[in-house]
Amino acid sequence: MNRSKIFRIITYVLGPLAVISIVRLWTDQDALTSSNTVGTALRLTVPILLAGMAGLWAERCGVLNIGIEGMMILGTWFGAWGAWQFGPWVGLLFAVLGGMLGGFIHAIATVRFNIDQIISGVVINLLAFFGVRYLSDLVFVGQPGGGVSQSPPQTSAIPRFDLPILSGGQIGGWKSPDVLAWFETRKWFILGDIGGIGRGLTSNLSWATVIAVAIVPISAWVLWRTRIGLRLRASGESPVAAESLGVMVNRLRYGGLLVSGGLAGLAGGTLSIVASSYYRQGQTAGRGFIGLATMIFGNWRPSGVLGGAMLFGYAEGIKLVASDSIAALFLFIAAVSLIFFVVAIIRRLRVRSLFALGIFILSTIAYQTVSTVPESLTQSLPYVVTLIVLATANQRLRPPAMAGVPFRPGEPH
Amino acid sequence: MIESRTTQRNFDGVRKSFVTLGSSLGAIVLALVICAVLLLLTGKDPLVAYRQILETGLSGDKLLEMLKRATPLMFSATAVAIGFKMNLFNIGVEGQYLFAALIAAEMGTHVSLPAPLHVLFILLVAMIAGAAWASIAALLKIGRGVNEVISTIMLNFIALSFIQWLFDNFFRDDSDGGLNVKTTKIAPSGRMPDLVHNRLSGMFIVALIVVALYWVVVFRSRFGFQLRASGLNPIAARTAGIPANRMVLLALMLSGAVAGLVAMPSVIGDVYGYGPSATPTQFGFAGIAVALLGRNHPVGIVSAALLFGFLDSTSAELQLSGVPSSIVKVIQAIIVLVVVIVNEASSRWLNRRTAERAAIALKGLASVA
Amino acid sequence: MQLGDTKPNQDLLTSDAVVVELTNISKVFPGVVANRDVSLKVGRATIHALVGENGAGKSTLMKILYGLHQPDSGTIAINGVARQFKSPSEAIDAGIGMVHQHFMLADNLTVLENIILGLEPTKFGVLSLSDARARVRELATSIGVALDLDVPISELGVGQRQRVEILKVLFRGAEILILDEPTAVLVPQEVDELFVNLRRLVSKGTTILFISHKLDEVLTISDRITVIRQGSTVATVSPNTVDRLKLAEMMVGSDLPKPGERTTKIGATTRLAVRGLSVLEKGRKNPVRNVSFQIAEGEIVGIAGVEGNGQFELCGALLGLLSSEGTVEVGGKDVSNLSIRERLNAGLAYIPFDRHREGLMLTAPLWENALLGHEATLSRGPMIDFTAAKKACREIISRFGVLTQNELVPAFVLSGGNQQKLVVGRNLATARTVLIAAHPTRGIDVGAQAAIWEEIRRSRDSGMSVLLVSADLEEVLGLSDKILVMFDGEITAELDPKSASPQILGKYMTGAR
Repeated sequence: MNRSKIFRIITYVLGPLAVISIVRLWTDQDALTSSNTVGTALRLTVPILLAGMAGLWAERCGVLNIGIEGMMILGTWFGAWGAWQFGPWVGLLFAVLGGMLGGFIHAIATVRFNIDQIISGVVINLLAFFGVRYLSDLVFVGQPGGGVSQSPPQTSAIPRFDLPILSGGQIGGWKSPDVLAWFETRKWFILGDIGGIGRGLTSNLSWATVIAVAIVPISAWVLWRTRIGLRLRASGESPVAAESLGVMVNRLRYGGLLVSGGLAGLAGGTLSIVASSYYRQGQTAGRGFIGLATMIFGNWRPSGVLGGAMLFGYAEGIKLVASDSIAALFLFIAAVSLIFFVVAIIRRLRVRSLFALGIFILSTIAYQTVSTVPESLTQSLPYVVTLIVLATANQRLRPPAMAGVPFRPGEPH
Repeated sequence: MIESRTTQRNFDGVRKSFVTLGSSLGAIVLALVICAVLLLLTGKDPLVAYRQILETGLSGDKLLEMLKRATPLMFSATAVAIGFKMNLFNIGVEGQYLFAALIAAEMGTHVSLPAPLHVLFILLVAMIAGAAWASIAALLKIGRGVNEVISTIMLNFIALSFIQWLFDNFFRDDSDGGLNVKTTKIAPSGRMPDLVHNRLSGMFIVALIVVALYWVVVFRSRFGFQLRASGLNPIAARTAGIPANRMVLLALMLSGAVAGLVAMPSVIGDVYGYGPSATPTQFGFAGIAVALLGRNHPVGIVSAALLFGFLDSTSAELQLSGVPSSIVKVIQAIIVLVVVIVNEASSRWLNRRTAERAAIALKGLASVA
Repeated sequence: MQLGDTKPNQDLLTSDAVVVELTNISKVFPGVVANRDVSLKVGRATIHALVGENGAGKSTLMKILYGLHQPDSGTIAINGVARQFKSPSEAIDAGIGMVHQHFMLADNLTVLENIILGLEPTKFGVLSLSDARARVRELATSIGVALDLDVPISELGVGQRQRVEILKVLFRGAEILILDEPTAVLVPQEVDELFVNLRRLVSKGTTILFISHKLDEVLTISDRITVIRQGSTVATVSPNTVDRLKLAEMMVGSDLPKPGERTTKIGATTRLAVRGLSVLEKGRKNPVRNVSFQIAEGEIVGIAGVEGNGQFELCGALLGLLSSEGTVEVGGKDVSNLSIRERLNAGLAYIPFDRHREGLMLTAPLWENALLGHEATLSRGPMIDFTAAKKACREIISRFGVLTQNELVPAFVLSGGNQQKLVVGRNLATARTVLIAAHPTRGIDVGAQAAIWEEIRRSRDSGMSVLLVSADLEEVLGLSDKILVMFDGEITAELDPKSASPQILGKYMTGAR
């Protein structure tokens, strides 16, 4: 037991790290694990992560939520408005409330009135998109810096901090040493990468980011360790069985959708309050759907959503930071496929290991030969990856069994 | 006896249409009331806004614009409805039509044909391109069991990137200069003539024809029956010998083919090419709304598209009179949500009523026998 | 059949030993009398079996006890106190638990989560998992069940799932346990394990009501056996006073219907030939194994058997719904590799098991339902010929006596019997050579049943070959020219209906060879 745990840590943490480190040293692409890249990736990860968790909460209680994008839009707008009026923290609260409004509409439509969950989600997206435009027209137009598609800039931001000792943060006025930076600048094998990644994760951190990341273990704990969480999951897996055991399925679905909407709203809030300092039309840019993708990718588990969000956030981050985004993309694919190759070899999955090796070789060749692959294609990476995951691992995915199926309590089944 | 049966039959049909129409209209009124409350809450006078909408919308100019704005909606709603009729949710109309617009616009510049054939060629290419993009989702569903809702959403985004890449690298024509880059302009022979000069493209007629064909194919033809049967009860349809996988492929390709026409009023009726900022977006989602509002029925689709076109046509004047134009879109979204909810409730009620009536009628029959 | 000598057994129970007492229970469903004046006494800490054919009314009776149905008349007493259960939760409160044939489990939740759901031990809303685990484990060991509590249900086999269901019910403090056909889904080894568990339960004071039609098992496990036939109790006996032959006789009834006299002759040509047919299923025993038979022109071959012994899969394979090995010939033509549509065109017609699932589009009008599968003939060019389609439907309605006001009403308004007549009519309306009729008269009233039987006879007389799959012995014996008994995916016997006795039929249907 203990030995397999150590083995697992090596496989899943040190293995990929070593692979990335080798690739970095081999190609001299320090941006791969620089604190700049990782920090950017983290900032880009947060909204996707929250959107994914929003999807997870909704589907775990048995309701598909295509409307996450719309709830995020509500979050960006209400968040920006609240932050503009009352400061960033109140802004985040308003973002959550705005998203919950969307979740509540979704609950009324799907749980109370039993309409198709996809339809309700699609309509909420439309409603949110144009609703906030209407509100902007009323509230933001005429304000300095504001307009129909943009809010006035906020004057204050959520505070940021560096972790002491690791990233040179302050302890009571004493500036601690920046240990990780020291490692990062040395660029040693693995240690340099740990320095870069660690520093990216621990320096210039927004408290909002900390809260967002904390939602992952909190959600996992609530869903898997509390009574309400168990009942909520049961409502998504088998509402009939749950009802037969006295569980109030519809009440839980209302709750699940409110949480889902709130998380989506928070995701929007981080975009308009943390990642920038104003609301802008189209700010969500499909991240609600990328969130859904990470939920599928992450097999409807909080840790999986985190992994998926980090992957997509990293892909986006490296594209932004590293000037040679094309090379970085292929490096990234090469690294990932190499990881899969290693895992497949360990698990003795011959076909899969050959498949991964093939991708690795192809992407490495591409890195060496192709100098320009446009950014426009890399944008679709999350969606392509999701389709590939769905097409290849459909049997191994475990979505909540009854998500999407309308449920009427008290009817014979 | 025969006579009474005929009257009974007509009566049934009339009652059903009446309930459908009545519940839809009631829902629209309810939605308008909800919007009025929202307007009041945001400090606007709903009566002023509604009067403004009616006054501007009903003027002759605006009625033409209504038809113009309804045209792409009719295409995309029909595309969505074809999927719905088989219980397939094609959220991917957006990607399908944008992909088709680019391909058709580009292909249209590479052929020289006499006018009607050239137009026909472009329309055909658009339909094939739309069907091809839609077939990816169909093949994923048939081959790997991937739900079409998720795959078409993902394919929308993939289409956007793919189109941008194709356009930036192969199809863009910078000779015009300026910011508003497009594909090379389509020759006059490939342009759809206007019905009303500069006001209404001939594509409006094409849209009416497509909706009529939708009615013929889906509601009257053998293929359409198989499609609807597969939607109503896939297992029964398969047991009766209707090939399930082939129906999925054909339905989604047909839906994609019609989706391919959505941007044609712009591509061959207005802009004469494809351009990232010139070609209109968001019609895929509006089409879902129109299809829902029109209950997937041809008459309903045309009516709903006209209603949406009517509302859209008034937005500019509404803005001028101090009511944000986006309220029109909010009204549309609320109408759809309320209509869907009311439809759900009313069809349950109608089913119960039908069952009760049948039971009463049967008692009569049994007592006669 | 008089079995008066066994009656007094019931009276031997002293009143305080009676846990469950059902008195004069009657329940009528539209067109079907499910229970007629049933009385039953169950002794404390005993295993009491309810045996009978499919549709005899065992399950209905137990659902009444569990509060899922309310009786039209009669009383229920638990521990001597009269009770009325309006819902299962009231029955649960009275200490009654039921394990349904179709499990109610959430596949992706763990065993432990499934068991404690709704009654979770918690501290301030947080699950006390170690506490729960300890309690469930104690419960499990007390009845001799070993289960990994932390794996998802989806990883368990059927036998283990059943154990989870039993634990779930016991966790809720049930003292009276109803098991609906618990062995139907189990392999013999699992059955043995189950019986060990049940014995332990009884030794701890639990009372078990055991529904089954497998006589050997019933004789092994029960303390007392009540036989139900056609909604009424035939007798309550002690297992040491009867043997399986006697039980089978009680279950099936002594006077079997005589096969209908036929005036036409069975033809010489073979219409349906099945050779070595097997249906393959991954991860499970193949549900149909090496089945071969032939049906001649104008012949009805009945497949008798308890449901779930491969009949459904056999029909699916014949029609091409399921992939299979072996050959199927229709009218001398090998259709083994053809599509469903091609097989239908080759002359197959199919009356499906479940008219709602496989037969009807409930919200569509009758004429569209009648059109399903006949689109090719009722068309003009690529278009549906509406007039012809409606006319065809009206013909079905009048020929098969479907009671409806017209052909335009949606299918869901018809009664079950009339829906079935429509489905049967649709498949007999056009000339086909081979009819597969699966449970053609299940769940419908007597009048409709007679009408459908008559139609099947008429089709036979016109030369059609019929494969009749049914769990209704009256139906199989009354119509068939030859009876094949299917058990556990294989054909285990071929019988002549004229000489078939209830003993022999009961014997083969319950697993003897």
